Amino acid sequence: MEWNFLAVLRDFDLLILGLLNTLKVTGLALLFGVPLGLVLALSRLSTIRVLSGVAGFIVEFFRTTPPLVQLFWFFFALPILVDVRMTPLIAAVVTFSIQSSAFFAEIFRGGILSIDKGQWEGAKAIGMTYGQSLRRIILPQAVKRMIPAFMERSIELLKTTTLVSTVAYTDLMFQANELAQKTFRPLEVYTVVAVIYFVLIFVFSQASIWAEHRLAKSGEGTVR
Amino acid sequence: MSEILRIENLHKSFDDLEVLKGIDLTVQSGETVVILGSSGSGKSTMLRCVNFMESPTNGKIYLNGDLIGTERNGKMTYKEAELCTLRSRIGMVFQHFNLFPHMTVLENVLEGQVIVLGRAKMEARDKAMAQLERVGLAEKAFEYPSRLSGGQKQRVAIARALAMDPEVMLFDEVTSALDPELVGEVLKTMRQLAEEGMTMLCVTHELGFAYHVANRVLFLNEGIILEQGEPQSILKNPDTNRMREFLDGHSLFKLPD
Repeated sequence: MEWNFLAVLRDFDLLILGLLNTLKVTGLALLFGVPLGLVLALSRLSTIRVLSGVAGFIVEFFRTTPPLVQLFWFFFALPILVDVRMTPLIAAVVTFSIQSSAFFAEIFRGGILSIDKGQWEGAKAIGMTYGQSLRRIILPQAVKRMIPAFMERSIELLKTTTLVSTVAYTDLMFQANELAQKTFRPLEVYTVVAVIYFVLIFVFSQASIWAEHRLAKSGEGTVR
Repeated sequence: MSEILRIENLHKSFDDLEVLKGIDLTVQSGETVVILGSSGSGKSTMLRCVNFMESPTNGKIYLNGDLIGTERNGKMTYKEAELCTLRSRIGMVFQHFNLFPHMTVLENVLEGQVIVLGRAKMEARDKAMAQLERVGLAEKAFEYPSRLSGGQKQRVAIARALAMDPEVMLFDEVTSALDPELVGEVLKTMRQLAEEGMTMLCVTHELGFAYHVANRVLFLNEGIILEQGEPQSILKNPDTNRMREFLDGHSLFKLPD
């Protein structure tokens, strides 16, 4: 066979549209997933039994079930059980926000627990409240240590969002499927899509390495 | 001299283990009290109960005449906000410094003033620099703690506590983690504070410091104050065998005079 990328490049704007939608889902899932992850982590670390129990259950549930099932459940099952209709975008954002928050919660929890107990004591001894200690002393140090795991998880999320094509959301993968059928050039289409994902993620991880080095300059960090 | 701190019938248990079995202590303003005792005697726990780093199981603590907490049906209850305010009025220095590594020396000394006391930046900055000057580290203001020696870190920790204008300072084995040759600079800073009239409670193993600086020495044993008195008499002629044993243990390998 002969490779022919022309057909793909002619409709490249379709892929660009898909890419933007992929970024939109990923971005929104991060926007909601990260804070929710922090809330889950703090709940799980709480001394209030009920709170840590509930948070623990949510985290374990969403970490152990396949994201595709979760997506189908939010998109198809929820509208039957309760009267909420979700657009593919909303279903995707809800699913991936909660799903990734379960993983972010564990990253936050690990980061917070890795900080020496003495830091909490130092903050407490000058009269800081729990919230002040967390915000000013613990999290700034924990976040530095979390960056590698955080980036890993974000990349994973970006790739997991390809599942939204199954509920007819026009992300990059959905557009690729369309284009492949239209042009009868699936190999070329998926190769181009793979390159797009590669470039995107490569830039992303380079940025994270840069951020890690920058943060390491002030005090302790993950890089020396 | 006036009373600044009073501890009444302080008890503290961790699960089934009763560490403090009824401590009574009144500290006068400007006094330096050194607390001695072997490990497990409860001396650190007692110190940590004063600013509620540990919550007492029973007993009352008064700072400047004010009872901390509220008594309900014979039990003390404490509000978190009240305890935070109390801790901001009592300085504490730890064995392992507990400086904030992501902040410069200056930022470490600013943090409590700005975040807890709500002082204006400029005022807090002047205060911080003055305290760093006091412990002899003004020129390190813009360094990160990781660049300092143990002795310098501990002096920064002292400056951080002093910047809050504490009414009492607590020192919890502050020289125990230091190289022997760095112990002196920290003890010197503490002596200077004592001479300037700061009220201090010090848990330490430095008998020389106790002898030369303390107004009063307490000997804790199994959760009670077994003996107390002026350092010159109690360190030379303790009443109890237990304290004599303790002191002998400290001077087993003394250099000959």
